[in-house]
Amino acid sequence: MEANPCEPRYYEMLEQLQVLDFALVELNLYLDTHLEDFNAIEQFNQLTQERTRLANQFQELYGPLQNFGRAYSKCPWEWNQTPWPWQV
Amino acid sequence: MESQERVYYPFRGPFDPCPPVPCKTFVVPPNQFINFQPPNLPQFSLPEALRAGTLWPALFSPYESKSKGGK
Amino acid sequence: MWIYEKKLQYPVRVSKCDVRMARYLTEQYGGADGELAAALRYMNQRYAIPDKVIGVLTDISTEEFAHLEMIATMIYKLTKDASVQELEAAGLGPNYAQRDHALFYQNSEGVPWTAAYIQAKGDPLADLYEDIAAEEKARATYQWLIDMTDDVDLQDSLKFLREREIVHALRFKESVQILIENKDQKKVF
Repeated sequence: MEANPCEPRYYEMLEQLQVLDFALVELNLYLDTHLEDFNAIEQFNQLTQERTRLANQFQELYGPLQNFGRAYSKCPWEWNQTPWPWQV
Repeated sequence: MESQERVYYPFRGPFDPCPPVPCKTFVVPPNQFINFQPPNLPQFSLPEALRAGTLWPALFSPYESKSKGGK
Repeated sequence: MWIYEKKLQYPVRVSKCDVRMARYLTEQYGGADGELAAALRYMNQRYAIPDKVIGVLTDISTEEFAHLEMIATMIYKLTKDASVQELEAAGLGPNYAQRDHALFYQNSEGVPWTAAYIQAKGDPLADLYEDIAAEEKARATYQWLIDMTDDVDLQDSLKFLREREIVHALRFKESVQILIENKDQKKVF
């Protein structure tokens, strides 16, 4: 982890990510009962792309969001570095 | 938006020990009026959606605290 | 397989040192209509239900775990710096006697979580109607919790969680419709 997670940028980026991910959760649940809504699928795919980009930026600065091979690590092992979600 | 609050007036007995509450309320959220969400409903902006807890204004249900400090 | 994501679903801010609320919030942690009960109820029902609604159960269950983490965050923030005296004054003396500052799956009265809170009837309609009722009960609990605090930041996170119950209930209602019509989802609306 290179940047300090107590700085304002951490909270800003985290919230941007929460914004995108929330829309994706909403669309995902909606699509679970609306399989043929083409517009919603298109929006879902487009937001997934944006989300991937932002998550990569975030992880560059503040370490991995996911473990078990879903994100790279620098040395020392970044996964167990603070802060954990309930600490911020 | 139509009010989501419903009001009822409980019966007041002649021997009720405490000062009466004139009316009681409960909430009827918008999910009671939608059986199946129609496609292409208008959406909140994405930051608004996070704050509201839903992507669609048609599903939004406001609730304000009965505590004094709440707005 | 589940993958943990190291972030909360929604920002949790607690601006008032009010240990009392930690105890009441425990209702949504390990209570009958709390987030743990919801998550486990839906995740377990999906093994005996038509394929068409497995996605809804899986995804809402997964979201409930994110809500469980938000509730835990609130309780953690409210109690981590509390003294023994403050915990006792908030009615958390018995909790301290058992486990210091540790969280536990119990309701606001200290009754441990039990699987008896949830059901799996194996009948799709019976199970989905239980789920709809569970969402409405959790919504009501959030309302009472919002009523009990004057911390607008805590209220903000609780309002988010309350709204999620409303959306989840709608998705379960749609699942019922899909099963009643016994058609592809596309033909329902």
